[in-house]
Amino acid sequence: MPIEAVTIVQASYFVAAGLFIFGLKRMSSPVTARGGIVWAGVGMVVATLITFLTPGMENYGLMTVAIAIGGIIAWVTGRRVAMTDMPQMIALYNGMGGGAAGAIAAVELFSGEAHGAAQLTLGVLGGVIGAVSFSGSLIAFGKLQGLIKRSIRFPGFNYLNLVILAATLVVGAILVVHGSGGLQGHVTLLFVLALVLGIAMTLPIGGADMPVVISLYNALTGLAVAFEGFVLDNAAMIIAGTVVGSAGTLLTQLMAKAMNRSLANVLFSGFGESAVAGTSDGPGGTMKSIDAADVAVMLGFSEKVIVVPGYGMAVAQAQHKVWELCQALIARGVAVKFAIHPVAGRMPGHMNVLLAEAGVPYDLIYDEGEINAEFETADVALVIGANDVVNPSARTDKSSPIYGMPILNADKAKNVIVIKRGQGAGFSGIENALFYLDNTRMLYGDGQAKAAELVQAIKAL
Amino acid sequence: MIDGFIALYIFMLAAFTGYEVIARVPVILHTPLMSGSNFVHGIVLVGAMVAMGRAHGTLEITIAFVGVVLAAGNAVGGYAVTERMLEMFKSSKPAPKAKH
Repeated sequence: MPIEAVTIVQASYFVAAGLFIFGLKRMSSPVTARGGIVWAGVGMVVATLITFLTPGMENYGLMTVAIAIGGIIAWVTGRRVAMTDMPQMIALYNGMGGGAAGAIAAVELFSGEAHGAAQLTLGVLGGVIGAVSFSGSLIAFGKLQGLIKRSIRFPGFNYLNLVILAATLVVGAILVVHGSGGLQGHVTLLFVLALVLGIAMTLPIGGADMPVVISLYNALTGLAVAFEGFVLDNAAMIIAGTVVGSAGTLLTQLMAKAMNRSLANVLFSGFGESAVAGTSDGPGGTMKSIDAADVAVMLGFSEKVIVVPGYGMAVAQAQHKVWELCQALIARGVAVKFAIHPVAGRMPGHMNVLLAEAGVPYDLIYDEGEINAEFETADVALVIGANDVVNPSARTDKSSPIYGMPILNADKAKNVIVIKRGQGAGFSGIENALFYLDNTRMLYGDGQAKAAELVQAIKAL
Repeated sequence: MIDGFIALYIFMLAAFTGYEVIARVPVILHTPLMSGSNFVHGIVLVGAMVAMGRAHGTLEITIAFVGVVLAAGNAVGGYAVTERMLEMFKSSKPAPKAKH
């Protein structure tokens, strides 16, 4: 009988691993994405339920209570969180996964059940990586949630982190060589060091770089899960963890590339929100303002309008009004497209989620590579709450901190309308040359209020 | 029992699989996909359950309990937010495109 139970458990893990890969594959196209997560979810439920059949287990009651506590809290928070807060929520759930991997390692090491150099090494590594991902993700959550406002940074913090890392590895090596049986103090020290390392690594990194860091921790958690899978002899964990580890690494690289930063730069240079001391003088000329009625006429009689939304639009909760505006334009026969920069939200793809929430169909949304050539044929580029991602200095001004970053060529449109709260510089503190161009007009005010005015004015045309 | 080189083969093939599955994903889906992959490593739940099933003594059981709570949070939370995001993605069907 026990042999059959083991077979059922293994079979369920086999099915789950297959469903995870199938689900992820479907999640990589907007047409099938919704079904993808459902398939992966089925795999998770099957694996979890069948795991209760694993022979020789105890503590079933407490286990069920623990699943209920974690599951209910996560379900309620996950259903309620605002779409704008999604990045930090992902960070939080990811940190929990890392913490779980760390906890598995801790149980195995404290009990002395992990044996052999290979198992001990992977157990220790997985535990350390999981713990780093746990505390690091919590810091990332705190930063994006606004709980931690400052980036604590001092000369030589990289060396301090190196020292902590070295100490962690030394303690880990001792555990591998001697076995963890009688060394409970060392096990405790290992996890304390790893947790401190995660905090110390993440604190100096600025809020703007946080998405890359969250993605990196996501990949690391995957790796930690895979390593603990080796220790527990669990193929589902090895496969799912490794798949996430490599997919997450690729995603991290794609994000860093979209932000014009290398991963090393993000982790070790500690810039990202520190207002970069602009060495160049501000662009010459003046900003020319315009009022909503004139903008409405301009938009209403255009053939083609490209909307460039930025995070400012989401902060103003203007996405619904903006879509209403676009619908009014589409009803008049104007071709409307959305141009999204990879870092337009708080992480690549975040703006797409926010627009989808407002009801914008995904086939009207284009990314930078797809649409940049089209600005030249657009009558109006409507920039709402975006700043650095449309700054032409990135193409021309070598002294600009964002030089070389791929941008949206909004300046190439016949007319550029910028809806902006006031005259200040952007998130990065860099002056935007776009605002001073001859074909640019500034519409000052709250994004939502201005979009509402435009809707009224266009309907009255 | 997954041993030595078999484990290495699994590791290598799974790594290539993860890379290939993601390789051609459009930027539009980066956030949901990160969230989806975050959900997938929620499989750590089964490991945490097994570790808890084997745990003895207050210390081990307490740590394992925390592990299961965290793992369940990872799996359930990851699913909840990913599904919410993907649910919103829809096509513009015939209307706006036809006018173009």
